[in-house]
Formats: sequence, C-alpha cells, structure tokens
Amino acid sequence: MAVLEVRKLTKHFGDIKALDGVDLATRDGEFLTIVGPSGCGKSTLMRLIAGLEQPTVGDVLVDDRIVTPLPPRARNIAMVFQSYALYPHMSVADNIAFPLKARGVAKMERQKLIQRAAETLGIQPLLRRRPARLSGGEKQKVALARALVRKPSLFLFDEPLSSLDAQVRAKARAELRQLRDRTGVTTVYVTHDQVEAIGLGDRVAVMQRGKLRQLGAPQELYYEPADTFVASFIGTPPMNLLDGGDVIVGFRPEHASPRALAPQSGDFKIFRIRVKQTEFLGSEWLVYGSVHGQSEDTKVLCKLQPASIAAVKVGETQEFVVPRGQLRFFDKATGLRTVSPPL
Amino acid sequence: MDVKNPRNKKDIGERPPAGKRSKPPPSHEHIALADRDGVVGTIMLAPAVIYVAGLVAIPFFLAIALSLSDATVGNPSIHDFVGLANFFSVVHEAAFIFALRNSIIITIATLVVLTILTIVEVEILARDFRGKRLAEILLILPWAMPVALVAVCWLWLLDSEFSPIDWILRAVGLLGPGTVLGPANNLYYLGREWLGLASVVVIDVWRMLPLSTIIVLAGRTAIPNELFEQAALDGAGFFRILFQITIPGLSTLLIVAVLFTVLVIFGDMTIVALTTRGGPGYTTEILPYWAYLKGIQGGALSQGAAVALFLFPVLLAASILALRAAYRGEAQ
Repeated sequence: MAVLEVRKLTKHFGDIKALDGVDLATRDGEFLTIVGPSGCGKSTLMRLIAGLEQPTVGDVLVDDRIVTPLPPRARNIAMVFQSYALYPHMSVADNIAFPLKARGVAKMERQKLIQRAAETLGIQPLLRRRPARLSGGEKQKVALARALVRKPSLFLFDEPLSSLDAQVRAKARAELRQLRDRTGVTTVYVTHDQVEAIGLGDRVAVMQRGKLRQLGAPQELYYEPADTFVASFIGTPPMNLLDGGDVIVGFRPEHASPRALAPQSGDFKIFRIRVKQTEFLGSEWLVYGSVHGQSEDTKVLCKLQPASIAAVKVGETQEFVVPRGQLRFFDKATGLRTVSPPL
Repeated sequence: MDVKNPRNKKDIGERPPAGKRSKPPPSHEHIALADRDGVVGTIMLAPAVIYVAGLVAIPFFLAIALSLSDATVGNPSIHDFVGLANFFSVVHEAAFIFALRNSIIITIATLVVLTILTIVEVEILARDFRGKRLAEILLILPWAMPVALVAVCWLWLLDSEFSPIDWILRAVGLLGPGTVLGPANNLYYLGREWLGLASVVVIDVWRMLPLSTIIVLAGRTAIPNELFEQAALDGAGFFRILFQITIPGLSTLLIVAVLFTVLVIFGDMTIVALTTRGGPGYTTEILPYWAYLKGIQGGALSQGAAVALFLFPVLLAASILALRAAYRGEAQ
C-alpha cells in the first residue's frame, strides 16, 4: 500500500501541452479513477506516473519519496495496458513469472507466488497456454495476475476494459473492484467512460485539456460539479445547462417534472420547455425538448417517472419545475461554480 | 410523353414477374477468360514454372549427369557413365579438404558476426535519434553498390602495400618493426591463410548486413511498443528485454535472414574470386570457386560438377529450414 502524489506535473510534446500543472494525491489503498475525453492528458499522466515518460516540469511522489528521476523498473509500480501487452512467445505461467525473474526471485518461491496469483484470479487451468489461445477476458486476468504477483505498491490501469465486449465488461468490472478490495493496493484507473469511472472509483478525477477539473467522490461530482465541463461530462444524460441571465443555470434531468404534477406550494423555478420527443427507457422516460433563449434555443433533457409521462404532450411548450435546491449556478465567463445568485 | 410511353410500356412488359427479377447465372460460354480461375492461375504461374524448370531443374539434373560422366569442356558429352569415380577423385585431392573446411568456416563465421551486427543495427535503428535518415541511407548503401566497384574498394583497402588500414595501424604505432603486429610494414591480408579468410568474412558480412537488417527491422517495428514498456515496468533491464522480449519476438525473421545468408554465402564464389583467389596455395579455397576452377578453367566439367554437388545437401537443408521458418512465422 502506498500514497501516490503528483505535484505541478506538466508535459509538453512540442507545442502541445498534454499535461498542464496537475496536482493530485491519492489516499492509502484508494481506488482513484481518472476520467476525461480523449486527448485530455489522462494517459500522459499515467505514463508519467509509471515513468515511461519524463515530465517537463513537476514531480511524482510515492509515499512522500520523489521517484521522478527513477526508471520504470525502480518504481515498483504495476501497470495493465489496454492491450494487456502479454508476451506472445511465453506461456501464461512464464508471463506471470517474468516480473519475478526480473527481480531474481528463487524458483521455488516463484512457483508458489504464480500458483497463488493464478488462484486469486481463477486461471490455474490456463497456465500452460500461450496468450494467442486466450479470450479477451482471460487475457485481462493473466495481465492482472502478472501485475499483482510481485506485490506492487501501486496499480495503474490504462482503460483495461475497453477492448472487451459489453457482456464480459460488466463482469470484469466487478472482478477488478473485488481484486482491489482483496489486495488493498492503491489503484489509479484511467478511462474515458464516465459510467465506469463513477461506478468503480472511491474518488474520481475529471480531466480536460491537460488540467484537473475536479477531484471528489462520485456523488460529489454528480451533485456538486465544480464547473460546467464536469456538469456536462458526468451523468447519463448530463446536467442541463441553461442561460440564466447573469449566470448559467444547471439542473439534473431527473429533477425536472411537469408543473401540473408539482405540489402547489414549494420553492420551484419554472422552465418553459418545448417538448420535441419522448423516449421509453424501461424504468423511466426521457423527454427531449428545448428552451427558448435570448440568442438561440438550448436543448434540454428531462427524466420522468412513468406516472408523470401522461402529463407531457409532444410538440407543445409546457412548464416544467425544478426545486430551487436542485439548481446549480455557474459563472458565465469562467464556467466555474458560483453561489446561487440573489433572486 | 407520347414518345416515351411506348418504350416504358415495353419495359414493363419485358420485366420478369416480381420475385424472379434477378437474371439466371450466365452460362459457361459467357464468362470471360480472365474470370476463370483455372486459366488465370495457369497464366500467372507459367513464368515462374518456366523459370524454375529452365534455369534450376534442368541445370541441376545436367550437373548430376555431368558428375557421373567423363565430360570435359572440349568434349561435353554425358554418354560415358563413370559412376562415382569423379567424386572419389576430387575427395582425394588436397584442395578438397581446404575448400570444404573454408566453406564451412566462412559461412558459420559470417552467420555469427552477421547475426550479432544485425541485432545491434536493428536496435539502433528502432530508436529515434538525430540523423536517423542518414544512418538508414548509409546502411542500405553496400547493397546498392555495383560489385565491380566493391571489389576495387576492398582490394585497395586490403592491398599488400598501399592498404589504408595498414597505414592507419602504422600511424597509431600498432604495425611496423618493433610493434605488436610488426615486424613487417604490412599485414598482407590476402596473402595469409587466416587473414585471407577473415577478410572474406568481413566483406561477406558487409555485403549481407543491409538485407538482413532490413528483414529483421521489419519484424522489430511490428513488435508493439507496449511490450517493451510492460517489460520495463515489470523490472527488466536492457539485456533482459533484449534477450527475453526483443530477440524471441524477432526469432522467426532472424532465422529467415540467417538462412537466406547461408544460401547466398555458401554457394557464392565472387568474393573469394575477386580477393584471395583461393591462395596462398589452396588455403583459402572454397567449394564453389574450386568447382569453377576445375570445371570451367581446368576444363574438367565432370569433376567441377561433382565438386558443386557437394554444396547441394547444405543448400537444400538451409532452404527447407528457411521455408519452414517462414511458414511458422505466417502461422503465428
């Protein structure tokens, strides 16, 4: 177990600022997910932590010790790549043995550790196979076994689930989480999928254009986004952001309801929404509409319970209400969260 | 409208009923010649088959026939069957042992040096550095040089009196009276048994390096970079990565490159013919050059053919292994 910290981490590739002064610290044994759109610098951040790249400015610390100048092999950090990077000419057992051999672990001890790692992931029957004869899910397990066999102080995952198909993916996600719970090793997990990030992480770091936008618990990100980017990135569908005069007003789709069904008393804000279309999702309905703004119409999404969908008429402009407590306000210029404006 | 109408009607009339609109497959006569796989295949394969039959198979069987006859350049008839007499006769000549030994030594030494240098070059060229383009051009240059020019350059480099290598060695005090390599003022590369063989090996390596490097470099760039990064994260240093990740990853192409080199070097006589000419005595003689000397220069066609046939088992084995390695590589 270890604490990872990065300070003012910056990486330039020519003129491109892939990473622009990121400060970040994990807690001991934490599962931290890093999420952002492609090109936001999350993979660069991971490669800098692993030591595969050297930062332009800034430092990487493991347990308060600066490891920036150290090569990858001296950092005791295990990484699982998106492709799993299994050594194709070695059997599964030899793949798992590789980091142990590199550390000069004796043969008897090595056998024991390989067996234990294989048991943990349930891959004992695969030990003699070559990677070419494994399915995507099996490859992932082998990569995990190879990562954990040497008891690293830190796990790094670079989108390990994105090459699996949807069915295997859900199962693999649960296994990843269980594995972390069992080993207790601090884990940094990079993904572009915010659902995965929210579902897996103890805390989630949202990145955009080389900068850290927000770091917090999943609920915090969802309910109290730090800026308009986080608000529009987290959640399916994301937060609605509307022109509110001096500020930008945001609310979650599930917090809106038709005015006709709202209690008479209560502190509501009213939005006039032109309903374009509705969509049945099973447990709820999605309402697509737009709000007439000063310059242009803004698209709005509302999530309604089946009981309230009857009150919505497609093609008409209707009044929807959102409890004032659920409104979030953002600065128009900076996009940052502001306190609610005076009414 | 009126003009168009009749045609439209006609079209409608001719249209087959719904559900049967697609035409039946055209009968055999309508398929163009170029659409028939059998014909196209035969035409495409013909040049290769004619080439192999005319320039490989016929000369090969002719060589066997010659080696079993008493044909000479003056009387190239293969009607007089003499059995294995030619083989027994050449084996008992002093030059044969030298030629066989030197062919094996030169081939193996070239292979070892070539393999090592290929891996070194590939590892260098797989990385990014300033002037990489220039390095790549310099690397390919030996392959692009005409053999005549090559011969002139190397003969000058290895000249018994004016060798620039000797000149440099003298300048740094390694050659000449009272020095390590002394007392003579020259090394006489082509006039000594082992220096002669070494010179041939050096030229062979120099000549084959571009090809083997290009073959193996293709394999090196095909290894995903993540594999090397993973190995580095797993704690492997430079040599562990080289021997346990890179070289196994290159093995198939390395074998192909090496066996291809065997095929070229073992059967090739040009370098020896242009440099040592087998001398002094027969000490740097090799099988193909001796076969040429005996069969063409000496006029004993049958004996030359017999000598040349000693190359055959080695070349056959190398070819089979090369093909197998290539297939195995494809299967992966």
